[in-house]
Amino acid sequence: MSKKNGILSSNAFYTLLSIILGFIVGAILLSVAKINPLEAYRQLLKGIFGKPKFMIWCLIYAAPLIFTGLSVAFSFKTGVFNIGAEGQFVVGSLTACVIGILIKAPAIIHIPLCFIGAALAGGIWGAIVGLLKIKKGVNEVLSYIMFNWIAFYLSNFIVNLTVIHKESGGEATKDIADTARILAPKSIIEATGASAANWGFIIAVVFAIIVWFVINKTTLGFKLRAVGFSNTAAQYAGIDTGKSFLTAMAFSGALAGIGGAIQLMGMSGRISQFSGQEGYGFQGITVALIASSNPIACIFAGIFYGAMKYGGSKLSLVNAPSEVVDIIMGVIILFIAISSLFRSIFLSHGKKGAV
Amino acid sequence: MEVLIKDLGLLINAILIATPPLLLAALGSCFSERSGVINIGIEGMMTIGAFIGACVAYFSGNGWLGFFAGGLSGAILGVIHAVACIQFGADQTISGTAINFIGPGLAVFLCKAIFDNSSDSPALDTASKLPKLFDGMFPSGSFGYNVFSTYIVAYLSFILVAVVWFVFYKTKFGMHLRAVGEHPQACATLGVNVYRTRYICVILSGFLAGLGGAFVTLATVSQFRPAVIVGQGFIAIAAVIFGKFKPQGAFKACLLFGLCNGIKALLGAGNAVSPNLVSMIPYVVTILALVFVVGSTRVPAANGKPFLKAR
Amino acid sequence: MDTAVEMQNIVKKFGDFVANDGINLTVKKGEVHAILGENGAGKSTLMNILYGLYHPTSGKIFIDGKETVIGTPQRAIDLGIGMVHQHFMLIPPFTVTENIALGMEDTKGLVLDLKKSREKIVELSKKYGLAVDPDAKIEDISVGMQQRVEILKVLYRGAKTLILDEPTASLTPQEILELIDIIKSLTKDGKSVILITHKLKEIKACADSCTIIRHGKYINTVDVKTTSESELAAMMVGRDVSFSVEKEKREPGEVVLCVKDLCAKDYRKADILKSLCLDVRRGEIVGIAGVDGNGQSELVEILTGLKKAESGSVTILGKDAFNVTPRQSFDMGITSIPEDRQKHGLVLDFSVAENLILQNFENEPFSKNGILNEKNIESHANKLIEKFDIRPKDSAKKAAKTLSGGNQQKVIIAREVTNDSDLLIAVNPTRGLDVGAIEFVHRYLVEQRNKNKAVLLVSFELDEIMNLSDRIEVIFGGQITGEVMGEDADEKELGLLMAGGKKDE
Repeated sequence: MSKKNGILSSNAFYTLLSIILGFIVGAILLSVAKINPLEAYRQLLKGIFGKPKFMIWCLIYAAPLIFTGLSVAFSFKTGVFNIGAEGQFVVGSLTACVIGILIKAPAIIHIPLCFIGAALAGGIWGAIVGLLKIKKGVNEVLSYIMFNWIAFYLSNFIVNLTVIHKESGGEATKDIADTARILAPKSIIEATGASAANWGFIIAVVFAIIVWFVINKTTLGFKLRAVGFSNTAAQYAGIDTGKSFLTAMAFSGALAGIGGAIQLMGMSGRISQFSGQEGYGFQGITVALIASSNPIACIFAGIFYGAMKYGGSKLSLVNAPSEVVDIIMGVIILFIAISSLFRSIFLSHGKKGAV
Repeated sequence: MEVLIKDLGLLINAILIATPPLLLAALGSCFSERSGVINIGIEGMMTIGAFIGACVAYFSGNGWLGFFAGGLSGAILGVIHAVACIQFGADQTISGTAINFIGPGLAVFLCKAIFDNSSDSPALDTASKLPKLFDGMFPSGSFGYNVFSTYIVAYLSFILVAVVWFVFYKTKFGMHLRAVGEHPQACATLGVNVYRTRYICVILSGFLAGLGGAFVTLATVSQFRPAVIVGQGFIAIAAVIFGKFKPQGAFKACLLFGLCNGIKALLGAGNAVSPNLVSMIPYVVTILALVFVVGSTRVPAANGKPFLKAR
Repeated sequence: MDTAVEMQNIVKKFGDFVANDGINLTVKKGEVHAILGENGAGKSTLMNILYGLYHPTSGKIFIDGKETVIGTPQRAIDLGIGMVHQHFMLIPPFTVTENIALGMEDTKGLVLDLKKSREKIVELSKKYGLAVDPDAKIEDISVGMQQRVEILKVLYRGAKTLILDEPTASLTPQEILELIDIIKSLTKDGKSVILITHKLKEIKACADSCTIIRHGKYINTVDVKTTSESELAAMMVGRDVSFSVEKEKREPGEVVLCVKDLCAKDYRKADILKSLCLDVRRGEIVGIAGVDGNGQSELVEILTGLKKAESGSVTILGKDAFNVTPRQSFDMGITSIPEDRQKHGLVLDFSVAENLILQNFENEPFSKNGILNEKNIESHANKLIEKFDIRPKDSAKKAAKTLSGGNQQKVIIAREVTNDSDLLIAVNPTRGLDVGAIEFVHRYLVEQRNKNKAVLLVSFELDEIMNLSDRIEVIFGGQITGEVMGEDADEKELGLLMAGGKKDE
């Protein structure tokens, strides 16, 4: 295969192309809204790279997205489409919040307790869907969607319970105990000026490496991938496919759940009543797609999305609606989704050229 | 007794207002799903319909114009979904997810661009909203007013169920759309145009979802807000699954879910039963239905599978 | 006789692959014209071009003497060409009438008029002796009736030329005879029939002329009456073929597999195995002969753990193996070459190396403490690639889907033979393979037998069964209905048993 075809068949090329097309569509929309796209994009870049503080904030935003990205990427590798990361994220964050408020313990115990609670909650949320799939044959995409909304209203219900609801004003819970926060030391926060600087990003990177190792280097990963690619052949080879699906879906859910805990314990410190879905799970789908389901690439795709979210929030400075980020991301997913066809078009043209 | 009748009237009124957006979107979803294209982008299509509906009605002062403009905007997202899924064979769930980014994103983006950086559109006056039936015939608050004098579109949406049923089971197009959702290869060999049939169905699903969204802003809420749709598109999908992918089944499910929404609206805040728990009912009920009647819920065989022609 | 269809110098390329390379075909009105070729020779591609599903890269098509471009199936239908596909193109939840009328519906104004379509269907079915129930749903009728529906579908569209693609693949011998009668009644009415097949007997039984295709190239068109079966076979594969396999005589040893009174139901809860009994001993190949659908697939699924039986007993070397899981089945010493190698045999997206350890990845030296040892996995793969001549030679790290069908089958055989189990089950192990690969597969089955292993061969190809088996068991209606020793096997007798007849004593 020629070098040219090598590039034309690589995922990275189409992802890059999709990202560029996303920004082009965004620019067109901004122009239609009579906003200079160059100015808006310059503001976006300034909002990301303008100060070291901004870059720290991008990493803070990236951490939960890397987790939901890993959750979805892991599910893709194992033959499931975890469109339920949204709900698993919510129950994870909710569980960590309840533990963070109601339990009193030193940080060394409190923090792991919150993480374990979140991982269990997300894992169980995913495993229920897995059980419905393998025991009752219920299509997992449908039940994931339903469970997203059940989590959504469950969170709103619990947020309003008196034991954890904020005493006065605001539709939110109390703040979780300081012993349950994962904030960076005061000196770092003061030095960087990022008030929510926390260990989330570091934890996310560690988990990305763990997930990569599990998928590619272990017998468990071998089993899950075999089932993911062909559950019929895996079953024929003696692999318990039901158990594999269940493991994969629970594991994927746990990752999203931990993401919820990271967001709560690192950034927000409390949960507000939702008016609409927060979208971390759906954004995780984008992260996984941009990363072509590679766990290590999820780190970078997560940073990209985190930066876009953080930088996007500064767009109001030039009167540009920050929602342009959602549109750009939607367009990127759409182009990645149809890129397999691009590929065959480009490759067949490439072949003709070579003949 | 009188109070009871009045309460019953209020409940029926709440159902009459809560059901049509779900019903319109669900009927749309039936078209798409039965033709073999999964459309989880219904939510995004409803949201854009809600904004465009409110916006056009605000500037034109004509509720009907806004309503159809809302439908058209949904149809345009339908075209995007259709091109991605039918022409390019994209993963339908991923494309739908993209639509759910683009639809709401675009709605708020345009709202801010048009209405001076506000994410809410200005409130609509009664004249710019959708008209009501027998307006002024019954005294406000009476049983008759609540039951017979609500939005014309609400009654039309119920009639539409019969129309869609007729199209599905009694016309050539309906037979083709059901056939391409089951076995597109067989259809192609018989000269039935699979692409065209699916295009029509997916675009129609966008149009109906857009109408559903526009009903929310032009009847129920009177303005666009980013959270105006939250989840109604997904409830519509749930209704279609619950109704076994049949228009008449989706109708029954929508009435049930409309009842949930109606109860929620009547309960208001600070009641013994949390409205959040009531909101969960449609999703829980759908899960239970999938678990217990799964044997009889036949998903169209070609649902989710791209059909690409080798040439 | 006038010509109905003439195709001249047809070339069809898919990318770099040439599926049809200058093929000529002339079909006269009122004749049965067979197209003979091995799997993958390009028969179906040629017919898909004639039916408008593919565009030819070059070449000319004449219908009734007029040059025509057929771009779509609709155009082909309009020109009087109809096609019955090998895999039926029927919509299971639709009725027979709906399936036939689809795309050509009668309407009254806006409303469908299925009654009118139904009347026409009843009339047609009487005219050609094609018995169908117009109101039954496809999912409830037999395969034979489904085929009659397919033929009616084509006639309903006024076809003058009918293409039948491998029409006998899943029919019982009785149904095949009925089909031949139907074909004769069609030609009597002046219609032409193009019969795609690789079964020589059927060609001799009902075709007038025959065009032979090999590797996408046109070989010859012959008069069937004056050409022998072996001449046809030689043209099909390009050399003289003897399908018989050399094997030394052996005395079978102890019983490896013992199945007693096995009963099972199919997915529709109908009895599919009825007290089936079967023994397989060391050092013998036992062939299961039977028409598809008589329970052989279910028997294999139960033995390999994919399906649960209702009652009965299964033992392997005396140990209970009734209703085991696939893993237990493997651990007890059963390995198998599955019928559908792409669905069951291989994880197509896995590399060849990974596929070669699909059952053993949890064992040393391939992994230790849950961590894979990539070096050992790769060297194992390279050893087997060399030994079993899997091509390309550097395929250890290549995805299995990039290999040809024959080489994919070699990967499976390499894996299963290396597993060295007591019982090897092979299901249609040569389906879709070319002659070279078939010989390879047969050689390894016989080798296992010679190594004193038990081999259970299930195949729909009677020739394969007769050539390889030491003992043939005929399965019919979920029971073993007859036993014939390999050397005494007689095709007529087997055919009769397979159709449910009794053995003459």
